[in-house]
Amino acid sequence: MTINAMRLGSRVVALVILVLVGAAMPFAAGAQSASVPDTKTWDGLKGDVFGQKPIGDADGIITIDAPKRAEDAAIVPIDLHFKTDAATGRIKAVTLIVDENPSPVAAVFQFGKDAGVTHLATRLRVNAYSYVRAIAETEDGKLHMTQTFVKASGGCSAPAMKNQDEALASLGKMKLRVFTAKTPGNEPMTRATEMQLMIRHPNNSGLQMDQLTRYYIPAHFIQGLTVSQGDRLIMSMEGGISISEDPNFRFEFDAKPGEDVKVEAADTEGKKFQDELPLESSSL
Amino acid sequence: MSEPTRRSVLKTGVFFACCGISHVRLARAQSSPVEPLPVKEITRGVFAFAGRPEMMAANNEGEICNVSFIIGDEAVAVIDSGGSVAEGRELLAAIRARTNKPIRYLINTHMHPDHIFGNAAFGETGAIVVGHHNLPRALSARGDYYLQSYRDAMGSELMADIKIVPPTKLITGEEQLDIGNRKLTLKAWKPAHTDNDLTIFDEQSGTFFTGDLCFIEHLPTMDGSLLGWIAQLEELKGIKAKFAVPGHGPVPSAWPQALEQEQRYFDALARDIRKAIADGVPMAEAVKTAAESERNDWRLFDEYNVRNATAAFAELEWE
Ligand SMILES: [Zn+2]
Ligand SMILES: [Zn+2]
Repeated sequence: MTINAMRLGSRVVALVILVLVGAAMPFAAGAQSASVPDTKTWDGLKGDVFGQKPIGDADGIITIDAPKRAEDAAIVPIDLHFKTDAATGRIKAVTLIVDENPSPVAAVFQFGKDAGVTHLATRLRVNAYSYVRAIAETEDGKLHMTQTFVKASGGCSAPAMKNQDEALASLGKMKLRVFTAKTPGNEPMTRATEMQLMIRHPNNSGLQMDQLTRYYIPAHFIQGLTVSQGDRLIMSMEGGISISEDPNFRFEFDAKPGEDVKVEAADTEGKKFQDELPLESSSL
Repeated sequence: MSEPTRRSVLKTGVFFACCGISHVRLARAQSSPVEPLPVKEITRGVFAFAGRPEMMAANNEGEICNVSFIIGDEAVAVIDSGGSVAEGRELLAAIRARTNKPIRYLINTHMHPDHIFGNAAFGETGAIVVGHHNLPRALSARGDYYLQSYRDAMGSELMADIKIVPPTKLITGEEQLDIGNRKLTLKAWKPAHTDNDLTIFDEQSGTFFTGDLCFIEHLPTMDGSLLGWIAQLEELKGIKAKFAVPGHGPVPSAWPQALEQEQRYFDALARDIRKAIADGVPMAEAVKTAAESERNDWRLFDEYNVRNATAAFAELEWE
């Protein structure tokens, strides 16, 4: 089921890029000078991502936080919080979209059945004045959307790599970190743990021409990522080029003490990266 | 799955580039009589203009960084072309008001628009554009974005003539250029302000042109590596210069004291961000208060500090 979902995700990413090729650039220019954010791009985009499926309001099921202005266009922190109840069931998947980016679908996340993910933070590239939206799919099959408007950065900040040689030199290096639980006295066997996962990767957009050779630099990015504990899926991601370089995810989930957390990632060149972090009871 | 995705991404890339180029070609602006840029002769044969500590905008024509030129026995070398073709033309007029010698080199200290947007003004002078060996790559990643993103602040009239003109003579390590009994030592630095910082030292006068490796008054901006910048401060200080032309700030400035203000800022920024990371404070929170103690010592603090803190956080997290 996960594999099917991943395949669907990739078709969506590809489709979205093709459809938007004609529209993205003029819109980006228009959006720069418009003071009132309009949703034209999204209106044209949603059918390609979600078909005819109705998309309802988030109604608190999912909330999104982002800075009002993308100070550093290459690294815009995005925070998602999930709050579900028995009526809707848990969140199965979240699609993160930056309307005005050349590849709007930044990522599709899938969550394990008993993963208990309640919070997910990551970082995005934001190319122009744009809505950033998150669409959650709950177990009942319904879609719930929340969005926030992010103004493009002023000045000379560009959504490009700052230190390209370093990014390539340490490609695939991973860092996993567990944060001490905020609330003491939880159940010892299952409790929310906050974790951060970092992967060194240029997550290169490929929308660049080498000025000397006149060839396009091929896109090179993390396209798939899975976090699991034992044989239980915590979350997986199907990613695109709107995720910042050195992809970074901070999330809260129900951890089982004593079992390793395992991370596997793959990029567009077929390189695979993996790492494991033992979750000792003492570290929770 | 990667194949369709990658192919379509590449198609997108082709479209974008064409779009940018044709836009530039269609745009034509007429030139009215050009007022020379009010440069001052800081030492014999060295002229510089001090940019305003502001954001690039239509009303300042992007004239926010320091631009300079050096006259040798045979030729002229220009250091940075300014933030618009309008400024570039004014700089050219200032040169022509002082000498008819050919402009042999146009040296770009790094990729930022305030330093390179004037390049097209020198297209007919025959000047060879010189830059750090990483500069073409950096411009290919950002050029179209810069042309797009500055339209709002600068206005379409100023933007119409601006082209991204990458360097054709690339500097690796150290290299000397001669403009006639006047040797200029160019040095390509490791990632600091950007990953394509180039400095110029004029031996004859002892003037050191730092590009944006040195900011005074105008808050430094972080677009390369904070750690790399801090690590190279000692080597910068070791340059035996009489005085400096910083990228932003008074012209000329005392050397190496010119570096003291930014060093203090870097220390404060790194200290606050390191503490936040150690305490598990998320990026979005940490950047709101980092380097707050520096607020009153700089211009444009509100415009750039959060951005610097964001970049610093992403970098220092890997320590
Ligand atoms: Zn500058
Ligand atoms: Zn700069």
